[in-house]
Amino acid sequence: MLKQIRPAILMIVVMTVITGLAYPLGMTGLAQVLFPHQANGSLIERDGKVIGSSLIGQNFTSDKYFYGRLSATSEPDPKDPTKTIAVPYAADNSTGSNLGPTSKALIQRVQADTARLQKQNPSVPVPVDLVTTSASGLDPDITPAAAYFQVPRVAKARDIPEADLKALVAAHIEGRLLGIIGEPHVNVLQLNLALDALKKS
Amino acid sequence: MTVNGWIQIALFAVLIIALTKPVGYYMTRVFAGERTFLSPILRPVERVVYAICGVDESDEQHWVTYAIAMAFFSLAGFVVLYLIQRLQGVLPFNPQGQSAVEQSLAFNTSVSFVTNTNWQSYVPETTMSYLTQMAGLTVHNFVSAATGIALAVALIRGFSRRSAQSIGNFWIDLTRCTLYILLPISIVVGLFFVWQGMPQNLNAYTTVTTLEGAKQVIAQGPVASQEVIKMMGTNGGGFFNTNSAHPFENPNALTNLVEMLLIFSLGAPLTNVFGRMVGNQRQGWAIFAVMGLLFLTGVTTVYHYEAGGNPAFAALHVDQTASALQAGGNMEGKDVRFGIANSSLFVTATTDASCGAVNTMHDSLMPLAGLVPIVNIMLGEIIFGGVGSGLYGMLIFAILAVFIAGLMVGRTPEYLGKKIDAKEVKMAMLAILILPFSILGFSALATVLPAGLAGPANAGPHGFSEILYAYTSATGNNGSAFAGISANTPFFNSTLGLAMFIGRFLMITPMLAIAGSLAAKKIVPASAGTFPTDTGLFVGLLIGVILITGGLIYFPAVALGPIVEHLAMNAGTLY
Repeated sequence: MLKQIRPAILMIVVMTVITGLAYPLGMTGLAQVLFPHQANGSLIERDGKVIGSSLIGQNFTSDKYFYGRLSATSEPDPKDPTKTIAVPYAADNSTGSNLGPTSKALIQRVQADTARLQKQNPSVPVPVDLVTTSASGLDPDITPAAAYFQVPRVAKARDIPEADLKALVAAHIEGRLLGIIGEPHVNVLQLNLALDALKKS
Repeated sequence: MTVNGWIQIALFAVLIIALTKPVGYYMTRVFAGERTFLSPILRPVERVVYAICGVDESDEQHWVTYAIAMAFFSLAGFVVLYLIQRLQGVLPFNPQGQSAVEQSLAFNTSVSFVTNTNWQSYVPETTMSYLTQMAGLTVHNFVSAATGIALAVALIRGFSRRSAQSIGNFWIDLTRCTLYILLPISIVVGLFFVWQGMPQNLNAYTTVTTLEGAKQVIAQGPVASQEVIKMMGTNGGGFFNTNSAHPFENPNALTNLVEMLLIFSLGAPLTNVFGRMVGNQRQGWAIFAVMGLLFLTGVTTVYHYEAGGNPAFAALHVDQTASALQAGGNMEGKDVRFGIANSSLFVTATTDASCGAVNTMHDSLMPLAGLVPIVNIMLGEIIFGGVGSGLYGMLIFAILAVFIAGLMVGRTPEYLGKKIDAKEVKMAMLAILILPFSILGFSALATVLPAGLAGPANAGPHGFSEILYAYTSATGNNGSAFAGISANTPFFNSTLGLAMFIGRFLMITPMLAIAGSLAAKKIVPASAGTFPTDTGLFVGLLIGVILITGGLIYFPAVALGPIVEHLAMNAGTLY
């Protein structure tokens, strides 16, 4: 029985060296050479400044931008570190709302957000992804329905014809891979960057 | 539910069927010690490992020795992982300056990763240094998976050997599984993941100024190398808090498909390994059929309820209908790129297996959709299952099924030519009953103690479901959660840690005893009275035994949680 103690200790050391150091560090080296952009977080720059990652959603509250999903992330309160405050799209503290389907808090939140969005575009019902929190709290995408829903508001705020904006949204819809895998979506940050570029040109 | 959604689910099922035979062939060769196409590179490494650790390749172990080797190895791994967490503040690869992990949390996390559970009471990006993620957690992603597979192979040897005293050598099974199976796939698929957008760096977190001028800190790290083994080893412990929902852990629909395939990529082929080693591949396919049918039942149920959306939203002028422009359905706790079909598929696969990675917040699932992961884990994660543990869990049920069939016709039960005697049936019942003992016992305890009642985030029956899910997940070594529960407290960290320990080791011991006992038996040739175990009748019987056993044990508990919540929801009650 005691004969198994020595291999047990040595085996965990050997496996730590192989799978815990050589493997991840070797993979980091390879990744940095082969795919440096992705390996460093798919960061995007504008005017020489890093303004985010194409994979990580950002919080948009201005009428001039398309909104993303609701986000349930939080950060420690700067005034009292034992408490937390809501900070949407905190990309160093990902979380979902974890509200169950019969939660009063969930239904009240959806009711309030739906009423607010309804005023901005009363013609159609609000797409469900605009009033629900994402799983990651960092969802970079919205559905095409949610993007089209916001066109009247953004068009008014930017004084751009709605038809131009609809064309911009259509150009930013990423379809299913091979027409089968995944769901059609619009990357909100990319769409808003294109919106800003539209204004300049 | 949409046609495209069903096509995506069918595509997944077809790919799993397609990889079962070739991967099973390769794995069988690895565990038989035969040459593979990777031997020229890996054989020298393997020899060095044995030389350093003092392992004699010709040495075969009795089941007791095999169990002791496994136990000492797990203990050594536990101690090293605990120390790394406690010392991470002074160790390298810590650009964020994470301080030492608190004691009860370090205990919980160490048990969690050693037992292949990967329950996470912590938020990784604010708790763990890169060294802990790599040299601590990633290591156990490999070796706890290799341990599970080794144990399953040992049990299969019990069936295939005749009049033998030994069931293999733990050190050799562990090493060969890690070197020949887990590591090569991790390197190839891990690089694919980086290509698709997963970070792989050792940088400090990136601070950016967003379009609206806010400050956003983007967590980084060596993600891809951990992600691949997290899925393939059915570990499930995320590099980030939201696991495979986080865009850096699962950037797009293609990585999502590959991650889901990885969950079953070794569990499904192990049924073929089983068939090959006992000399009749149809035996493996019968087990595969049982698993496949239970899988399809689960995914259909989740997809149905999730696509239906939340009835409470109906009066609110919210559009939950699927169309060309949106997936619709219950989008609370889901990301748009996955939608409803891929989220439902992931929920089912991750709990059929003991994976526990999530791309959807299970806490926000509709009541009866949330029932499916709970039931999947309660049944013992035998649907393809945790790597290794799924197969040995299913074989224990198979022993029970042939025993019941034997009782019905009044003959001594046999399985694969081995007589099933009182000892095997007792051990099988012990292995099956240990899970409800822990799940129901701890859940009952938590619902009467103030420290347990402080945990749930949701009120009403959903709060009870959060507690029940936690102990089910810990005991089943799954690791997913109804994550609203505040589990990072001394009470939950210690009781969940115990549940993980019980669920892993107290189930393994009777299972290895069965392996040892079967290996020592002769093989009886099949006669006219032998109940064939590679037919549709056996598949139906085995499914019946699994569902009846599970139903009898757990129905009262799940009735108090998800089922009553479903009825309340339809009556318009909110909590």
